[in-house]
Amino acid sequence: MPSLGADMDAGTVSQWLVRPGDHVSKGDIIAVVETDKSTVEVECFDTGTVGELLIEPGQRVPVGTVLATISTEQPAATPAGGPVERPTGAGREPPPAAPAPPAETEPPHVESPLVRRLAHRHNVSLSSIRGTGPSGVITREDVERAAAGPTRIKASPLARRLAAELGTDLATVRGTGIGGAVRAEDVRRTAERPAEAVPAEITPAAPAEPAPVVAVPPSKPVDAEERQADMRQAIARAMARSKREIPHYYLGNTIDLTYALEWMHEHNRRLPVRERLIPSALLLKAAAVALREFPRLNGFWAAGDFVPGDGVHLGVAISLRGGGLMAPAIRDADQLSLTELMTALRDLVSRTRSGRLRGSELTNATITVTNLGDQGVEFVHGVIYPPQVALVGFGTTVKRPCAVDGLIGVRPMVTATLAADHRATDGYTGGRYLQTVARLLQRPEELR
Amino acid sequence: MTRAKNALAEHRRELLRQMLRIRRFEEKCVELYSAAKIRGFLHLYIGEEAVAVGALQALTPGDKVVSTYREHGHALVRGIPASSIMAEMYGRMNGCSHGRGGSMHLFDTERRFYGGNAIVGGGLPLAIGLALADRMRGEQRVTACFFGDGAVAEGEFHECLNLAALWELPVLFCCENNLYAMGTALAIEHKQTDLAMRASTYEMPAWPVDGMDVLAVEETASHAAEAVREGGGPHFLELRTYRFRAHSMYDPDRYRDRAEIEEWKRRDPIDALVRREKISSDEMTVIDKEVAGEISDAIEFAEAGELEPVESLTRFVYSPGSPGGGPP
Amino acid sequence: MNEPVKTTYREAMREALREALRRDDRVFLMGEDVGRYGGCFAVSLGLLEEFGPDRIRDTPLSESAFVGAGIGAAIAGMRPIVEIMTVNFSLLALDQILNNAATLLHMSGGQIGVPLVIRMTTGAGRQLAAQHSHSLEGWYAHIPGLRIVAPATLDDARGMLWAALEDPDPVLIFEHGGLYNTSGELATDAGTADIARAAVRRPGSHVSVIAYGGTLGKALMAAEELSSDGIEAEVIDLRTLRPLDDETIMDSVRRTHRVVLVDEGWRSGSLSAEITARIVEQAFYDLDSPIERVCTAEVPIPYAKHLEDAAIPQVEDVLAAVRRAVGDGG
Repeated sequence: MPSLGADMDAGTVSQWLVRPGDHVSKGDIIAVVETDKSTVEVECFDTGTVGELLIEPGQRVPVGTVLATISTEQPAATPAGGPVERPTGAGREPPPAAPAPPAETEPPHVESPLVRRLAHRHNVSLSSIRGTGPSGVITREDVERAAAGPTRIKASPLARRLAAELGTDLATVRGTGIGGAVRAEDVRRTAERPAEAVPAEITPAAPAEPAPVVAVPPSKPVDAEERQADMRQAIARAMARSKREIPHYYLGNTIDLTYALEWMHEHNRRLPVRERLIPSALLLKAAAVALREFPRLNGFWAAGDFVPGDGVHLGVAISLRGGGLMAPAIRDADQLSLTELMTALRDLVSRTRSGRLRGSELTNATITVTNLGDQGVEFVHGVIYPPQVALVGFGTTVKRPCAVDGLIGVRPMVTATLAADHRATDGYTGGRYLQTVARLLQRPEELR
Repeated sequence: MTRAKNALAEHRRELLRQMLRIRRFEEKCVELYSAAKIRGFLHLYIGEEAVAVGALQALTPGDKVVSTYREHGHALVRGIPASSIMAEMYGRMNGCSHGRGGSMHLFDTERRFYGGNAIVGGGLPLAIGLALADRMRGEQRVTACFFGDGAVAEGEFHECLNLAALWELPVLFCCENNLYAMGTALAIEHKQTDLAMRASTYEMPAWPVDGMDVLAVEETASHAAEAVREGGGPHFLELRTYRFRAHSMYDPDRYRDRAEIEEWKRRDPIDALVRREKISSDEMTVIDKEVAGEISDAIEFAEAGELEPVESLTRFVYSPGSPGGGPP
Repeated sequence: MNEPVKTTYREAMREALREALRRDDRVFLMGEDVGRYGGCFAVSLGLLEEFGPDRIRDTPLSESAFVGAGIGAAIAGMRPIVEIMTVNFSLLALDQILNNAATLLHMSGGQIGVPLVIRMTTGAGRQLAAQHSHSLEGWYAHIPGLRIVAPATLDDARGMLWAALEDPDPVLIFEHGGLYNTSGELATDAGTADIARAAVRRPGSHVSVIAYGGTLGKALMAAEELSSDGIEAEVIDLRTLRPLDDETIMDSVRRTHRVVLVDEGWRSGSLSAEITARIVEQAFYDLDSPIERVCTAEVPIPYAKHLEDAAIPQVEDVLAAVRRAVGDGG
């Protein structure tokens, strides 16, 4: 029990903010203690892992009492918040059982007075802060960070524009300007670094039978123009083959997104900007989950027969700024939570545009989803990527008048389309699949 | 003999009509200003009509006029149609300054009327330049430059009188001494209040004139203008007059004595001419009716005028022939 | 083109005056000491003898009267050239320049154009102290209705006057006092100059150095020196300060991505501030470093040489600014 004031003799642990096994850093708030005068946060002075919590909440102990142990990098543990008293292990009574940490994952959302005061002083709303402390507790640093605003990368306007055009994440660029500012040259240098994997053929290979991959990944760096020309050729071959070989059929279904969007806005309200969902994530998720019920749409047509995919690996069509198209896959998209899907999507887009895709991502998609809503497109009648057997398209979400409970209402609507291989499925299957997608989007909370 | 006498009577009747035009026009302006049809600053010429009417008789169409912001009277006498003046005050495109100038900035190059200048004393250098051009080209023109007693305190006044005298420029300086520079009386503003005398120190003929007597003004101005035209260099007239109304609309007129105003009103230049010429009330009714018709036509014209589209806001900032095609 | 002859800025300007007076009998020159004295800076020396006192008019020290007279004469169809000794004195005529010259065309609904040319000296560098050395052309460039030009080269000294006389609107020509003695070669048949566009005086790819009038020479000297360090500065001569030639400026900025402005005016509310704002408005996403400005220190120009030097933009200041703009932070 630390001395939290000149006249303090004892204090009551009112709450533990850490659990055994939590990693804590110097300066973290680990407990809240009530003194005779007020409630005070207990700060930890070491970095390490919480060993045992020796004092139960509600227990009043004199100043100097060890409250918990923290093991630093070395096996030795140092007591937190009090005079050093190393537990010696052998010969020592087993400590009283630590209070069982709450089982639910919901963070306790305890804000210490200090944090509250700090938040008040900086005019920061605590509900808008996501705690990074143990169990999601808001720490002083969180408040200070929130007060300081998002850390902005120092970059020239031209560098920002270039980074956006080249799909380069400014955070990965080392700035050489004054004060480490990122300048155009720095972005170009970063963008020109050879990609980890070579962006190659957009034609995914079927696992059952290698697809006719035409382009050979170049072993030497090629210039952007050459790369683009190669890509155009690859797209041309794949698309020509698709239209030549695949008997397409097309279906469309207009879906009311009112609930989905309302739910999403509500959901986002609690999240920091970086983690917020966008409508695309909901659409992708619904498309992926629905596929579980319609495995015949998820796989390949190879050697005259349908081969089911080994999971729902959603190929996402991503247009490149310089022209061209890639459809790398999000593996097991139906298994991912919305947040994970969102993260995966962001990551994929950014890596695709900066040419840092892994080879496998380009070859294992089992179905492709293309969303041209951003371009204002309303209906997508896509061309299937062979040897896949279906392509799901989403248009732009537009507010349309429609009948709602017998009255005319204005609702946000999106048209989902399916282009499918008639050799693998019939319109009946396709239609039901779209219906399922629509149904899932009416209950967005279940997509979570 | 009788014919000459008739012509003279006819001419004086015309002077009366001109003064009445100004009087009625200004009275209508008060009405329209109160109805918010006319906005901005509005300076009325009521009481001073004899000055503009008398002095401008001395000019030919080729001569030039530079005036002040109290210029409705000069503009009307110079021949700018009442309709075009009224439309200007309405801010319409059919106004004589295209709605860009308003009451204080009436212009009409066809009638060689160069404003409508609202910087006290600012018109004098302009007049000097107009006269300089005439002089350099050897043209026998007169530039009449009107300004008030307030301008005499400005440096520009003295610069210009000196320059005009020095270069023997054909300028007729017409100082309308109405005894007040806005709200400041002549004696509060000047140590030496005899303005004609001060002008004469620049070696130019300078005469004080009763500005409430249109015939006196006409006679003196004609004499002076003739001398100027003949190459006699600049002449200066101090036209002693009085404005019956406040400096501008809704000026509380705290700085003048009621009795003083009443005293001057007894010398109303219109009444004086009516008395002198023994104009019958029937005749007056005829003139008044004619004038009223002109003014109501002017209002009709102004009301029918169009507002300039806002898209052409920056028109007339540079000329169409400006290098680079007229900059923004 | 005829054989170029060696001449000076002053002589080029005088030659321009002489040509204008010969070509058009509506043209006349007036101002303080333009005749018998030969011009305060000897620009009009000898013209009185050639054209007589009617067309080379000495005026009293009455800036407002003779500038206003120029306006009146221009309205009446003449083509006056009014000389004001220095921009500081022009303030005595500011009423006429702003309230009449710049305003009459608009105020009269397009009836009264003012084809007037006003020449005046501007700038510091000759130890003339605080009432003869200021650079107020930026103030005048604030005024719609005026065209403001600043000849910095012999060609422009020779060619801008005639172009200004042909302009139907008032043109103010600012001659930097430090330029009159600059010498160089000029074609004997050098003609009229464009007064609508800026000029690239030296091409370069690393940084745009924007200057005019008295600062152009310093910018060019700095560019020479930078070149030996491998930095290629593009030097732009604004030439016309109002209206600004945004196109030439932005075109350069879009190529170099870095800007250094050299302006002998005070920094606050200056021409360089205006250009900075326009670049930010029009070419923000092309900027790769903060815009640098080299301006006069915010002090009335002092007399003592070392202080005057410290107050106004110098080549070293331009060099430092360019190095900041292109320099590495690492």
